[in-house]
Amino acid sequence: MQIAARAVKDWTILDLSGDIDLAHSPAMRKALLGEIKEKRTPRVFLNLKNVRYIDSSGIASLVEGLKASRDLGSRLILYGMNKSVREVMQLSRLQKIFEIYEDEEHALAS
Amino acid sequence: MLLKLHLESNPQALGLVRAAVERAAELLHFHEVESRAIVRSVDEALANVIRHAYHGKTGCPIEVTCRHLHSTQSGTCVSGIEIVLRDSGVCADPAKMKGRPLEEIRPGGLGLHFMRQSMDEVEFTRKKGKNQLRLVKYLAPAAPAALPEGE
Repeated sequence: MQIAARAVKDWTILDLSGDIDLAHSPAMRKALLGEIKEKRTPRVFLNLKNVRYIDSSGIASLVEGLKASRDLGSRLILYGMNKSVREVMQLSRLQKIFEIYEDEEHALAS
Repeated sequence: MLLKLHLESNPQALGLVRAAVERAAELLHFHEVESRAIVRSVDEALANVIRHAYHGKTGCPIEVTCRHLHSTQSGTCVSGIEIVLRDSGVCADPAKMKGRPLEEIRPGGLGLHFMRQSMDEVEFTRKKGKNQLRLVKYLAPAAPAALPEGE
């Protein structure tokens, strides 16, 4: 898995690629919580377009990020989910809990 | 037997196992959605072994076998895939094998839920000091071919 950060206005887009599994979810968690809790970025976008797979540990990290952003009054926004990631979100019944958009254009305009 | 893997507990191995199981499911003609469900279940099961049975310790043995199930029950052909994971870690606590209510929005506890939602059978046993998890997914019977009009 790879993570790259981009700045748009005072927001951050984290571009994720590869598989978010037990081996790699700690790196995503660290990057995500670093943006939300340490940098206090008002909007953090997760670009999941190139994520092939996410497991329950990855979902747990997203939930942790969501809780942190709610506590701090910021926003965590997801976009670009493929079928596999969407299925996992549905199985977790979390698709209505997160802010999810189809693509970057819609996410940034939200 | 389609596949037999002797692994060491290591999160880095999960990607290799996912690739192998996905190929096995494809060979048995599982639909793309079902293949992903099988792969997801095996991945979650292995992650649970590493995290809970071995407490994150690397280098401990895990065996994964994958078999084609094929039988006839009441005149109907039943086909599917059986995946068995064996480890020598600590015995799983039955109280923790129940998963958690999904209404609780909190991290963790989803792996078992994913397995139960994705597979037809999820069976945990402890035999001769080893944990054994058996996962089964049946192939959906093919829809009958439509008859031409007038027949």
